[in-house]
Amino acid sequence: MNAIAENLKTVSHGIEVREVNKEFGDFQALKDVDLIVPDGSMTALLGPSGSGKSTLLRTIAGLEVPTTGQVFIGGEDQAKKPVRTRNVGFVFQHYAAFKHMTVFDNIAFGLKVRKWDKQKTRDRVTELIDLVQLTGLAKRYPSQLSGGQRQRMALARALAVEPSVLLLDEPFGALDAKVRKDLRTWLRRLHDEVHVTTIFVTHDQEEAMDIAQQIVVMNEGQIEQTGSATELYDQPANEFVMGFVGEVNSLDGKLVRPHDTEILPAPTPGAVEVEIDRVVRLGFSGRVEMLTVPEKKEVWAQLTRSELETLNLESGTKAYVRPRPDAVTKEDTGALDDAFKEENPAIHKPTSVEPGLPV
Amino acid sequence: MEAGLTKGLVVTYLSLIVLIPLAAIAAKAFSDGPGHFWDAVSQPQSVAALKLTVICSLVVVLINAVMGTLIAWVLVRDEFPGKGIVNSVIDLPFALPTIVASLTLLTLYGNDSPIGIHAAYTKYAVIIALLFVTLPFVVRAVQPLLLSLDRDMESAAESLGAGKLRIFTRIIFPNLLPGIAAGVALAFARALGEFGALVLISGNVPYKTEAASVFIRGQIESDNVVGAAAVSVVLLVISMVMLAFVNLVQKWGLRHDR
Repeated sequence: MNAIAENLKTVSHGIEVREVNKEFGDFQALKDVDLIVPDGSMTALLGPSGSGKSTLLRTIAGLEVPTTGQVFIGGEDQAKKPVRTRNVGFVFQHYAAFKHMTVFDNIAFGLKVRKWDKQKTRDRVTELIDLVQLTGLAKRYPSQLSGGQRQRMALARALAVEPSVLLLDEPFGALDAKVRKDLRTWLRRLHDEVHVTTIFVTHDQEEAMDIAQQIVVMNEGQIEQTGSATELYDQPANEFVMGFVGEVNSLDGKLVRPHDTEILPAPTPGAVEVEIDRVVRLGFSGRVEMLTVPEKKEVWAQLTRSELETLNLESGTKAYVRPRPDAVTKEDTGALDDAFKEENPAIHKPTSVEPGLPV
Repeated sequence: MEAGLTKGLVVTYLSLIVLIPLAAIAAKAFSDGPGHFWDAVSQPQSVAALKLTVICSLVVVLINAVMGTLIAWVLVRDEFPGKGIVNSVIDLPFALPTIVASLTLLTLYGNDSPIGIHAAYTKYAVIIALLFVTLPFVVRAVQPLLLSLDRDMESAAESLGAGKLRIFTRIIFPNLLPGIAAGVALAFARALGEFGALVLISGNVPYKTEAASVFIRGQIESDNVVGAAAVSVVLLVISMVMLAFVNLVQKWGLRHDR
């Protein structure tokens, strides 16, 4: 383990993307993308489907050739380098396991290409199998593994060749919720140990916020904002980022977070009239679900227990809501709804809140 | 329907259609004793016919294995105008009545050949005719495998440093092998028993271009039913051995899909 960690540390490189455009026929998949990924960091490309995040990742890997623009890995221009010689570790959503090879042969593939001798290959593969916790499964075929095990095998296969960067395309997308969570915690720890520059693509904001140091929010082929989870949440650059990262209400043409939504018992200038639909108490905090009058648009507020007790709301009664004075708000132009037009259940659609779930 | 009943029905049906006729021909072949069977099989003209059929069939399936895979590859991976037409032409030799195929080939390669190739009445004619009728088998067996092949596997191999040749031999080919084997088995069985496509173009010269199926017909016509049955049994056994072998290859090729 430590030997691998040491090796990867010395060869790891930062990534720079400069003014990259990518067109597929008439469709512009990437528009003037600029991005810097620090050496040894963990970065998430976050966005709805069709936002260009996978295309960007594949362009960095060399699996797609940019129409214009440059990609640098470790300061070196990759324009003339095919995937084959780029030395990137790439992990695919659906594992791309070599299904006719055993776990051992899958992981050894890149080493065989590099003509490592047998003993060295065996040692290294065994080490990697232990690292990804597949000990004892070396002779299994991918069809005899679970999804999580297959993805860990794919990771070991990518790490085997000591890649200068590790690129993961929705690595947990095909797994069920529980395995997903375990595996991302595991990836986080692995990254703490091996420190290889890592970029992963996801459409799950929670996944991105959970494990990435830097999150790149993408929409319609462009980068909307780059920053830490806190920066994106507290200082969203625009309407899209605000809606995509974290929950939002649309109040009187403004986007506002549920915890920034203030409920008032009496009419006040700037407050919207609502009818209380449901009050959910969840231990320390609670949520109030409301419908605006007369449009019947769903709005909800997150309150502390004492706030709830002071207000003493009952369903069916009228109340008035507005953003708190210090709230972060963005103009709601409806652009957000356009981005969510494509049905994607994994995206947290701001207005469809499942009642009763802990916030 | 009750399980016992369906099973009984299937067994009866298969017995009537397949097993009893096969048993009957075997019984006929040995009806004058094993000595007679051996005499019928080992007489020079039978040996020559069987040899011609087996060798030509092997050559044909070998060519098919390569060309069929190549055609399937082009049909799946390449885009070109008229692809749909080419795709439907593949089945034509199979759908065409075999005697029509034979006549077509005779017109093209016969003594009045418009292209000046006089292949008729030679061993090449046998091979050409067999290639014609067995064209679709490998193509149609490989095509679906190629379509369902996970392209990401190739990208993954590429990102690990593999070149085109290695990707083909180590990643693509092993996944196509079961399909190639299945296609080869069907093509071989078809080639072994082909009659219609050969009867006009091969000329049926004993010891030279007479295929086993044509020889069997000749034996029946000269009232040697036992001899005909004996050669038939040999063809049957060769088919079964080939099927068993291909089955093994397929099992091995699919060992990872348990």
